[in-house]
Amino acid sequence: MITAERKPMEELIQCVKPYRSILLAGCNECVTVCAAGGRKEVGVLASALKMHFLKQGKPLEIQEVTLERQCDPEYVEQLVSNIDQVEAVLSMACGCGVQEIARRFHNKPVFPAVNTKFMGASERQGVWAERCQGCGDCVLGFTGGICPVARCSKQLFNGPCGGSTNGKCEVDPNVDCAWQLIWDRLKALGLTERYEDNLPAKDWRPGGGSGPRRIIREDLAL
Amino acid sequence: MKTESTLEKILASGDLAVTSECGPPRGALAQKVREKAELLRGYVDGINVTDNQTAMVRMSSLAACILIKQMGLNPILQMVTRDRNRLAMQSDILGAYAHGIDTMLCLSGDHPYFGDHPMAATVHDIDSIQLIKMVKDMRDEGLFQGGDKIDGPPKMFIGAAANPFADPFELRVARLAKKVKAGVDFIQTQCIYNLDKFEKWMEGVRDRGLHEQVHILAGITPMKSVGMARYMKNKVPGMDVPDEVVKRMGGVPKDKQADEGIKICLETIERLKNVEGVRGFHIMAIEWEQKVPEIMERAGLLPRPNSVNSGAQNLRGGKP
Amino acid sequence: MENFEPMIVAFCCHYCAYTAADMAGSMRLRYPPNVKIIRVPCLGKVDAIHIMKSLEKGADGVYVAGCLEGDCHFKNGNVRAAHRVDYLKKLLDEIGIGGERVEMFAMSAGMGERFAQTATDFTEKIRKLGPNPAKVARHEDQRAAG
Repeated sequence: MITAERKPMEELIQCVKPYRSILLAGCNECVTVCAAGGRKEVGVLASALKMHFLKQGKPLEIQEVTLERQCDPEYVEQLVSNIDQVEAVLSMACGCGVQEIARRFHNKPVFPAVNTKFMGASERQGVWAERCQGCGDCVLGFTGGICPVARCSKQLFNGPCGGSTNGKCEVDPNVDCAWQLIWDRLKALGLTERYEDNLPAKDWRPGGGSGPRRIIREDLAL
Repeated sequence: MKTESTLEKILASGDLAVTSECGPPRGALAQKVREKAELLRGYVDGINVTDNQTAMVRMSSLAACILIKQMGLNPILQMVTRDRNRLAMQSDILGAYAHGIDTMLCLSGDHPYFGDHPMAATVHDIDSIQLIKMVKDMRDEGLFQGGDKIDGPPKMFIGAAANPFADPFELRVARLAKKVKAGVDFIQTQCIYNLDKFEKWMEGVRDRGLHEQVHILAGITPMKSVGMARYMKNKVPGMDVPDEVVKRMGGVPKDKQADEGIKICLETIERLKNVEGVRGFHIMAIEWEQKVPEIMERAGLLPRPNSVNSGAQNLRGGKP
Repeated sequence: MENFEPMIVAFCCHYCAYTAADMAGSMRLRYPPNVKIIRVPCLGKVDAIHIMKSLEKGADGVYVAGCLEGDCHFKNGNVRAAHRVDYLKKLLDEIGIGGERVEMFAMSAGMGERFAQTATDFTEKIRKLGPNPAKVARHEDQRAAG
């Protein structure tokens, strides 16, 4: 999923201060999984903001809506019924959702309530770790299912570097050395001779190197 | 001969080669480069110039190399993949060669986390092994990485680093094999304190015949104090300092520790001279460059072959 | 506010704290009527939103009471609650309501006295702290409007 973390309360308070009414929009997909912006988080944030502004003597009216996802125009369209009653939108979705709302309601101020972080997977409840950086040309088949771009601090394609220590990255003892993981996998798969194939320099164009990317399915896009 | 590099000539002749290091200053004072390099004149065959080492901004390796070349000495350009993309790297390589710099080391580079700009974006457009291949193709095929022809290819003698002490050990010979496959000409290892482990690595290297495909220079760093020994043991990733070494350093009074460190260094050099496949030494006397002449003398590695001592000869040897 | 009577909400787990409350009752122990008990099967059921809503709707203090360490009938519901309370304390500090208004207590089913004492102590603490700032402002708002 795309992971995110709620922005600090101070920042959010400053952001909504100028308004008397906002729409707090959650998303039922990725940010729900990483507990950053789903229905629950919308409820808690709305309660927190309401109490804060009540204390300030400037009550803030908050409409709480959690869409199925904010990255599809069909769902964002559902906000039409609420949007005119509010002065601004605070979206708890990832950057994609925030932008989709801004695109659809282009004369309504839209603000992000979370900092979008990375594409990752759940290690266990409450812990999510980076797995993919969308490089556009997946080499997971060569590296035993471990990504050298997202999981190696230096995105080495022919690692490990000389700083790998006890299977951990020199940068953070909590981060596994990706190339140790790759080597272990190649061993488990009986593919160790593959290690000495030097992977060539990467073409970064599919990874965003030639600008913002787009996928068009001719069979689906009418 | 693949290049005009002095280092290549000495290694090809079968003599032991010796290189040392010069860290550029954290400012624009050219004099600091000259002072450090001058200490090494006549004592070594090549002087590595580090590239933003430990991810701290310093005068660029290329600029410092040019200053050193102008002194009639023999600089070795170090290039990390952390800070530059392939365009900038190829560009700098062309520029270096235009100034007569014909020997370089290809590295990944320490992570910015350790340095003075942890907030910077890392580049790592290519890794060190891809860089080796890129420089080799520039030299031997006369082609840029993108495929176009180079008008005046740089004939670089290509080096890389090897760390027999990093984890996982079982991979360390294979990693050298990868660099050899990519086209590396010479290797400088991480500084050696654990001679047993190093010899074990060399065994693996020799088993595969790699010692005949690449020139290996053993890394040496003299200890200044027991504090330094402990620091390197505990705080530096990829460094292997056995307990006996720390004990030995700590076993002498403070004012005698530097001497003990030099003694250990000399013993290491002696032992390594007899390890088959070791073709020379890379002496990294960090912030202690003035000790290199003494070490070289006492290790019986002087005088250096003629091609390095003469300043005049080196000035003539530079490419136009 | 003169004669401020704190409104306290106590989420009590069925197996321990609620039983302790029962025990307090059987032992005829007194504890302030300010404390409104809400029984839950396990403290793990109590989520951030329940505590926030309690405060939003006018509670001056909220506590969760559950099993002692290692005794949770559902393995670690009490641990989950403890972590959630810590999280909310920080959040409440950040919005100016005050993390002291939320607390977690542990007790076993037989600790009737502990239940009563906890209820009394917490009520007093909140009495000294004063009313929930969100509530006060709302009242003043209403007073001003009226």
